[in-house]
Amino acid sequence: MWKTAEYTGWGRFYRAKGELARPERASALDRIAGEAPCPAIGQRRSYSDGCLNTRGRAIATDRLDRMLGFDEETGVLDVEAGCRLSEILRFFAPRGWLPTVLPGTGFATVGGAIGMDVHGKNHHHVGSFGQHVTGLTLHHPDGRREVLPGDPLFAATIGGMGQTGPIGSARLQMQPVKGPVMMVTERRVPDLDSYLELFDTTEATYTVGWIDATATGGNLGRGIFEEGETGAGLVPPAKRGKRIPMDAPNFALSGPVVRGFNAAYYRRIPDRGRTVVKPLEDFFFPLDKIFDWNRLYGKRGFHQFQCVVPLAARDVLREMLTKVSASGLASPLAVLKRMGPGRAGMMSFPTEGYTLAVDFPARDQAAEMIRRLIAMATEAGGRVYLAKDAFATAAQMDAMYPERADWAALCNGLDPDHAYETDLIRRLDLRAER
Amino acid sequence: MTDATTETWLILGATSSMARALARKLAERGAGLLLAGRDMDDLQATAADCSFHNASWAEAIRFDARDPESFGPIVDRMQAETGTLNVAVFVGSMPPQEEIDAQPEMIDGVVSDSFTGPARLVHALAPLLEARGSGTIVGVGSVAGDRGRVGNYVYGAAKAGFHTYMSGLRNRLTRSGAHAVTVKPGFVDTAMTWGLDGMFLVAPPDAVADAILTAERKRKNVIYTPFFWRYIMMIIRAVPEPIFKKLSI
Repeated sequence: MWKTAEYTGWGRFYRAKGELARPERASALDRIAGEAPCPAIGQRRSYSDGCLNTRGRAIATDRLDRMLGFDEETGVLDVEAGCRLSEILRFFAPRGWLPTVLPGTGFATVGGAIGMDVHGKNHHHVGSFGQHVTGLTLHHPDGRREVLPGDPLFAATIGGMGQTGPIGSARLQMQPVKGPVMMVTERRVPDLDSYLELFDTTEATYTVGWIDATATGGNLGRGIFEEGETGAGLVPPAKRGKRIPMDAPNFALSGPVVRGFNAAYYRRIPDRGRTVVKPLEDFFFPLDKIFDWNRLYGKRGFHQFQCVVPLAARDVLREMLTKVSASGLASPLAVLKRMGPGRAGMMSFPTEGYTLAVDFPARDQAAEMIRRLIAMATEAGGRVYLAKDAFATAAQMDAMYPERADWAALCNGLDPDHAYETDLIRRLDLRAER
Repeated sequence: MTDATTETWLILGATSSMARALARKLAERGAGLLLAGRDMDDLQATAADCSFHNASWAEAIRFDARDPESFGPIVDRMQAETGTLNVAVFVGSMPPQEEIDAQPEMIDGVVSDSFTGPARLVHALAPLLEARGSGTIVGVGSVAGDRGRVGNYVYGAAKAGFHTYMSGLRNRLTRSGAHAVTVKPGFVDTAMTWGLDGMFLVAPPDAVADAILTAERKRKNVIYTPFFWRYIMMIIRAVPEPIFKKLSI
């Protein structure tokens, strides 16, 4: 039933070796949950150590991936926790329904999306993933437990990084979709102020911005702003996925290469902007077509820093971008977005403000840079995302997540032996009652 | 009564991951699915999932290889369907050889699960395929059935019996236009092999399902999956018995 394996998160920086179980049926999950309680992990698409349990055990949910029922009247889908969001999109978009919230990768599982209370490009309108969960089933040592919104255990589970026990299945409120394609308007944005202005005034359902984290001076914060609306129309043929055949050499993402790539990427969009029709997958999950793009960062792996800062902290955002671009450490992957206030859990990341995500190849200088950025976010009253954090401190967590102590007390009451702890929880001492 | 445009598949042992992978692929091409096994909750979950994957219909039905009483309703249900009838057999059990050595009465169960139970049901279904002059019976055996080894020879012997049954069935069905495919998987990434020592070149269940569908389409007789197991087993079968008996592979 247990297999010793070495595994990593998506960033491949932290690594774990431990025993994994992989139940194929809900009854097998019951048995494991009773005999050997331990954290559940999905597709390990979170970047850091939230999906790792070094020297301990974990339950891989990838074979619990079935869609169990759908109510055409209410649009509620009952689905197993290991089901990937891309599968739901693939089979439900043609029927006129979409998961209300979709994160940037369709490889994420339902369980992971709940445990991290993920957000999408429509967060400013509909809030976080957990706000559209109408119920979930936890598998505890003493049996299954149905948890509904309003229960304190619900708020501890959404965004709770698996600390309330394995999720077996969940009920998701889907939303009707106008058609199987996305109309996307893309335009160049010359600098940070124009960018934030666009985010503050847009009325589009879906918005996201790629940002050139290598641009300096007057170009600081330039990028490409995307607005999307679902629609009906001809679906362009889906392109086949590609694989990265090997770990890339270290120079692949060196400063000059990235600067050159970013400049070309920026100019790809005509000066006056353009509107294109894309398959939904291409808009929601732009990188999923390159199955293992994390290998582009080479053997040492990479980090993704993501923070959200309050709307009033525009200057902090500018300062962060100045530091990042001056360092020459950033990769082409950097994203800016305005978030609404929507969140569903005590440890949920989303809060109203601007969120910035930047990838860095894992190097010592990048770690120092990220530590500085975390400190700046903390000081500005913002927070970093547990699905991505690699370097925050326990004290910073307390400042960023005001409900942490209450959440820890609830988890500890439920799991006094700390059986559900992962490397992330121990690194940040998140379940300490202080 | 025969409608050539519809296909119905009975999947025996539909709780296994290989069977689930095949069921999903059949669902995507619009087949009707009768999912048979013991864990009804799990079968119902797979049936629901298959209907979201575009199956024309999917139902769970109880099947216990050791309980012939469960066979009749399955035959009746299949008979009621129009179109091409097909069967895929995924059942079998492989308890650790040491447990069998301690309790030899376990042999009966292994043989029922892996050979006689499914053979008896398939035998009742074969006339339906013959009458319609179409359809395929896919029998999933194992490379373990190709030669008895110290590690799992009771399971291997049951599968060898099943292989021989499938070979005779193919000989019979071909006269009517129906067909039988013997599938011999090597190591497949299932709950049965999860965490076992000595696994190599482990194939995902999806790959096995693809190989089965290709074999069905091309009316292959015996396939190894992944294909290279044919050559591995050719070598293993060629080792002379005086040497083989001293090996522990």
